Amino acid sequence: MGVNENLAQFSNVLMYSAIAVYLMAFFAYCMEWTFGSSGAVAKRSADLSVEVLEPAAVGAAGGVALAERPVVVLREGGHDGAGADDQGDVSGGSERADRIGRVAVSLTVLAFLLQAGSVLTRGISVERAPWGNMYEFSTSVSLVVVAAFLVLLWKYPVRWLGLFVTLPVLTTLGVAVTLLYTDSEQLVPALDSYWLWIHVASAIVSFGAFHIGALASILFLFRQGYERRQADPAGAKPGRFDDKLARLPSSASLDKTAYRVNAIIFPLWTFAIVCGAIWAENAWGRYWGWDPKEVWSFITWVAYAAYLHARATAGWKGTKAAAVSLVAFSCFLFNYYGVNIFVNGLHSYAGV
Amino acid sequence: MSQTRTDDDLERDDDLARTSDAEERADAGMSTAPAQDDGDAEMRQPQLGVVGWLRWLWRQLTSMRVALILLFLLSVAATPPTLIPQRPVSPIKVSQYFRDHPDRAKIMDKFQLFDVFSSWWFASIYILLFISLAGCIVPRCWAHAKTLRAKPPSAPRNFARLPAYARWETSADPDAVLEVARGALKKRRFRLNPTADSIAAEKGYARETGNLLFHIALFGILVAFALGSLYSVKGGKIVVEGGSFANVLTQYDDRQFGALVDADNLEPFGFRLKSVDQTFQPTGAKRGEPRSFTAHIESWYGHEGKDKSGTIKVNHPLQVGDTKVFMIATGYAPEVTVRDAKGKIAYKGPTIFLPQDGNRTSTGVIKVPDVSIGLKQLGFDAQFLPSAPMDPDGNLLVDPRRGPISVFPSLLNPRLMISGYEGDLGMDSGIPQNIYALKADKMAKFMDGTDVWRKALKVGDTVQLPNGAGSITFDGVKTWANFQVASEPGKGLALFSVVAAILGLVLSLFVRRRRMWVRAVEGPDGHTVVEVGGLARTEGGGLGEEVQEFVDALREAAPANSSGTKVKE
Repeated sequence: MGVNENLAQFSNVLMYSAIAVYLMAFFAYCMEWTFGSSGAVAKRSADLSVEVLEPAAVGAAGGVALAERPVVVLREGGHDGAGADDQGDVSGGSERADRIGRVAVSLTVLAFLLQAGSVLTRGISVERAPWGNMYEFSTSVSLVVVAAFLVLLWKYPVRWLGLFVTLPVLTTLGVAVTLLYTDSEQLVPALDSYWLWIHVASAIVSFGAFHIGALASILFLFRQGYERRQADPAGAKPGRFDDKLARLPSSASLDKTAYRVNAIIFPLWTFAIVCGAIWAENAWGRYWGWDPKEVWSFITWVAYAAYLHARATAGWKGTKAAAVSLVAFSCFLFNYYGVNIFVNGLHSYAGV
Repeated sequence: MSQTRTDDDLERDDDLARTSDAEERADAGMSTAPAQDDGDAEMRQPQLGVVGWLRWLWRQLTSMRVALILLFLLSVAATPPTLIPQRPVSPIKVSQYFRDHPDRAKIMDKFQLFDVFSSWWFASIYILLFISLAGCIVPRCWAHAKTLRAKPPSAPRNFARLPAYARWETSADPDAVLEVARGALKKRRFRLNPTADSIAAEKGYARETGNLLFHIALFGILVAFALGSLYSVKGGKIVVEGGSFANVLTQYDDRQFGALVDADNLEPFGFRLKSVDQTFQPTGAKRGEPRSFTAHIESWYGHEGKDKSGTIKVNHPLQVGDTKVFMIATGYAPEVTVRDAKGKIAYKGPTIFLPQDGNRTSTGVIKVPDVSIGLKQLGFDAQFLPSAPMDPDGNLLVDPRRGPISVFPSLLNPRLMISGYEGDLGMDSGIPQNIYALKADKMAKFMDGTDVWRKALKVGDTVQLPNGAGSITFDGVKTWANFQVASEPGKGLALFSVVAAILGLVLSLFVRRRRMWVRAVEGPDGHTVVEVGGLARTEGGGLGEEVQEFVDALREAAPANSSGTKVKE
């Protein structure tokens, strides 16, 4: 099997175009944040935090609608969290900012399509899954990050996430095209297996989605600081970005987003490791040999398990759990960049 | 306020709860959940005395906090192998480390830092973790078994305090409403506990079942690892084309057998290596990178087994019984004939050379102990280039820094570069020798005037040795393959456990446990008052929608009175 050079070249052109469009989207998100006003939202989230309804109010609120259709009244503890009852609003009611935000989303979709085209053509040019080296892995992971964002955006109003999604995507792609780039080629025999599709695909999706979880945890920490300052106006002096932080969803909502993403992906990440073990058994005769990649996958897995436990433990939830989630994500980052580049192991062929 | 809400929401996520968690929950005093199934919530001070302390220790060990700390320790303890070479993975690097830092290495070795994953301290962390896990899981299994047999708790007095709540009045008969509600809940696969004027319902028990399954499966994986370390067979063997391997202890070049392996009764099989095909990337930036390896073999099983043709490829091992044979590397074995001073053939055959770089520049030694009586033994230090670079005049091109090196891994232009020795090879002393190194302390190097005697041979060439010591002929090149023979008895259990673990994980993370209550009673004005309440016992959205959907299902049987609802003020 050879390499279709034209198609490989075309893939590169698409990738550069995608990066250019992501850059435009990134600036559009920045403008949305800059031009948006925080007034409306600040008031709304203030309302949100005193949502506990009086019993009389519950009845009255329900009573109006009950004639036609008995309506379920939700009270403390009955709300959904992420997206459903508290979504943040970047434009904060400013029409101009809202328009720019819409443009930013359109640009993100366009860039996503260009990038997907690039990944696809790269795969077709060598007639295999385009996941054989770090360049290909990085471009696929960032594609998943954007896909996860777009899926969320389709179901919930999470445009506030756009800026924070495009930033790591641009960084990953920048590193990929400058430092990790290799020409499109056939694979070494060790990678020539259908497990490449299963194992690497699940690792890519896990890694991409964990990005979103980590972003939500970081934003949670910032937002929580803001909420503490708001709760105690006499105490700490207001932060520099308080008017921006006011437009994020509540910390409770961010925390739930982080938890949901991480919890959904954790079984997939487990699956990815298991597939790796089965493949290893097939290729090297042992399913677990403490190769550096295996060690760090194990560490990452334990760290995410610790996060899931921490979040359900009194005294650890909130800030500490968010910190654990970020530690776990850092382990994943190291498992990818650190282990592939600095540590010699059996996964070295996946290297630069 | 929003902070309290968060806490309250999380309070209900009780499926991971351990003892300390229950205590905290009691402290928080904000729980909307009815009495929890798990554990007593009262704080017990440790009593004085041994029993008291033991109980306190046990409580600490089985608490979530300690489990979390142990999880962290386990992660941290797994990091040293990233920086320190490990014996089972790279023994050569470990000996290199000992040479470079002898003092430091000795101290590190005391702490088993060169074999972290078999060290006592790594083992103690995961054993403590598993004890902690058992201490948590066993009581939860009992509790869950009890819950599974118990009925959902009956309706609370005041529905309006539940997180999801609906109330309306209808002229339908209370019993009829309850009957429909019962059917609707049953259809939604709730477990029911009907009483005279209400129905209590609960579903999502699979969450806890899955959670327990996951944690129990972890024990399965632990047992599988233990089985592996006791009964696994792993060994390497290099076979040259035309050569063969039989699965008996003495045939292995190197081996790592589990402690309880019966080495005399290995799987009775063998195979003959007929040929090895290999291809490499011919052009481009990755020129020379391997593209395919195929070993053509004939294998047999048992003493009277028939020969069976087959292939072994990377990712496609040969499976014989419970044992698999993998091809993990290939290389070249130049064939030479050495004649001694009397013209007798003292050595003939292929010699395994070890590749030194990606283009298979290989090195090896040829030891010729069986010379005619009275003659000195011969030895050759050799380098083999599968594709030697030539200048336009047909001379060998030599890399100024690295000496002669191959430029491609296939046999495009094979050259054998030799220098020789005569004397005593030291092979009769009884000390085992490295077959890839020449012990030259009792040997004299062949000289060519003042220079070292060196020759480059192409296939078919014969050169005379200095001092009339004989001759050497380069007959051809064979390919060898390094096979890894492995059987891991624990792997079936490991796979089974891990599948169970993932299944449990999915159930425990995606199934939501929730309760629903319906009450239909005749109000003071003769109308039937219907109340529906919902409570999510685990995190996750959708309670509102689910209760609403249920309420909608009751609309037909219990239409709301158009006069509207009288809400108690």
